[in-house]
Amino acid sequence: MNAGTAQTTAMFEARDVSLQFGGVRALTDVSFRIEKGELFSIIGPNGAGKTSMVNCISGRYRPTSGRVYFNGRDITDMTPNHRASLGIGRTFQNLALFGHMTVLDNIMVGRHHLLKNNFLTGSLYWLTGARKEELAHRREVEEIIDFLEIQHVRKATAGTLSYGLRKRVELARAVALKPDLILLDEPMAGMNLEEKEDMARYIVDLNEEWGMTVVMIEHDMGVVMDISHRVMVLEFGKKIAEGSPEAVLADPRVKQAYLGEEDEEETAPSGTEQQEVA
Amino acid sequence: MATTTLIPCGDFKTSYGSDTTIFPTVTSRNFAILGVVLLLAAPAFLDRFWLNQLIQIGYLGIAALGLNILVGFTGQISIGHSAFFGFGAFASAWLNNRWGIPVWACIPLAALMTTAVGMVFGVPAARLKGLYLAIATLAAQYILQDFFARADWFTGGVAGTIAMPLELFGFAFDTDHSYFYVVLVYMVVMYILATNLMRSRDGRALVAVRDHYLSAEIMGINLTKYRTMAFGLSAFYAGMGGALYAHYLQFVSVEGFTILFSIQFLGMIIIGGLGSIMGSLMGTAFMVLLPELMQYLTTALSGTAIDQALNLREAVAFLREMAIGIVIILFLVFEPDGLAHRWKQIKAYWKLYPFSH
Repeated sequence: MNAGTAQTTAMFEARDVSLQFGGVRALTDVSFRIEKGELFSIIGPNGAGKTSMVNCISGRYRPTSGRVYFNGRDITDMTPNHRASLGIGRTFQNLALFGHMTVLDNIMVGRHHLLKNNFLTGSLYWLTGARKEELAHRREVEEIIDFLEIQHVRKATAGTLSYGLRKRVELARAVALKPDLILLDEPMAGMNLEEKEDMARYIVDLNEEWGMTVVMIEHDMGVVMDISHRVMVLEFGKKIAEGSPEAVLADPRVKQAYLGEEDEEETAPSGTEQQEVA
Repeated sequence: MATTTLIPCGDFKTSYGSDTTIFPTVTSRNFAILGVVLLLAAPAFLDRFWLNQLIQIGYLGIAALGLNILVGFTGQISIGHSAFFGFGAFASAWLNNRWGIPVWACIPLAALMTTAVGMVFGVPAARLKGLYLAIATLAAQYILQDFFARADWFTGGVAGTIAMPLELFGFAFDTDHSYFYVVLVYMVVMYILATNLMRSRDGRALVAVRDHYLSAEIMGINLTKYRTMAFGLSAFYAGMGGALYAHYLQFVSVEGFTILFSIQFLGMIIIGGLGSIMGSLMGTAFMVLLPELMQYLTTALSGTAIDQALNLREAVAFLREMAIGIVIILFLVFEPDGLAHRWKQIKAYWKLYPFSH
């Protein structure tokens, strides 16, 4: 209960997180740690509870039981907006941009918790330093726009953009939060190969150059295995494996649960056969 | 579609400051200044009737802007806006009559009192959405209306209350010609404040709450706070408009602030353009001037061949009401984005003429 402050050094830790919707168990006793600077992937079949897990981290759902810790602090009871100000940013599986705002404004919304001006000082714009503050943050937002190569659509209305660009704008918005931990829910879903390669490069850059700890849900195994440091596999709300990409890939339970078909092609002789019978 | 304004060729922004101005181009700013200058000169050559119309557009425009912040920008709904408008009117008169506070100070104070009331009625907004919220605000409308009729100490009850004219340095703004300037100053200031709000942090947060409240929350926006705040802001503008109305007519009666009036406010912002600052003003002007236009047309119509052929006679008066309804329906069908959007298209057309791209 009071397991709190100095006990854990991990950036994020989930302890026995369970999530229930009525009779449906979305997550059952999932525990894991994410170290600072990691690129951590969560994989699993559809409906395995990956997004539910990310929602528990970002605060969209509150675990039925178990606790989540961020930088050693118990954040289980915190509202999502509070968690954002602690440094947790995320993107959504289904696009969740502010459709009628410009791309620039969308990204500026990400600066919300970093900006100080409010409805009073904002209304008085020139007199209260709000202008100066807005422009300083605009400068930083432009860095993000440069990095994600969306300069050409900066003034476009977000709702009019193509799918791939929207995904990128959403990433930009999450990056604008200046998060320590960024959660990416299927950042490459529905993209073509070229867009996927771009996106993978952005994610690696965010991790290595911008120093963000990344949690990624992704179905494209090629990308996951290429760029992740560690991978966790969920199935029916339970953690069935965790470790380096190679180790996870070699895990017989993972093969059975997630990569079953590939497994048959390879026809690994004894080990997996037995596992399947069992 | 992608860009909303047409920037002339060669007009490059060289600083972020010049890219975040209220007016996108120098020309548009100069036109706006010219407009205000023309309005400043207006009392010199307009008669009382037209000044009255402009004053009405002014104080109703401020209140409509408040409703637009709530409905257009934050995506909430309110069908009790006229009650807040009325509260501002009574509050300002009461502050002056009861406590002897000078009128120039009463107007903003009344707006602040209305804000407090608006926040109270805005509390359900943190939890309710859509139709449910509409009903909750309907309750606000009736509660306040009932309060106006019963609270003799505050509103003078059914007899209504006197509101003293605005006085500044011994000069009383008690004619249309002088009060016009009061309303003009307030209107310009309030519209500039709202524009600034919408290009800074909390304005963006309001729009974010409207467009996608779930991701707004993930972006660190406290939904409860911003939804309640939107009601507060909207009530502030309504109270300001109401106070200006009170000291213009110098009398406030309880009958005026009905649900019909609230619906008219909604009509103004829908016609003007939801989520558009200038649209609020355009819509207000439209709603104020439309009856006059219709009056003019029906007067011209009476006694003509059409009148006699259809045997209209008294029906001409009703024709006016019907025409207003029809115009509103036509607007909803053909220009749901409002006058502000139409205005943009007209500007774009003439800027690009004779080429279509």
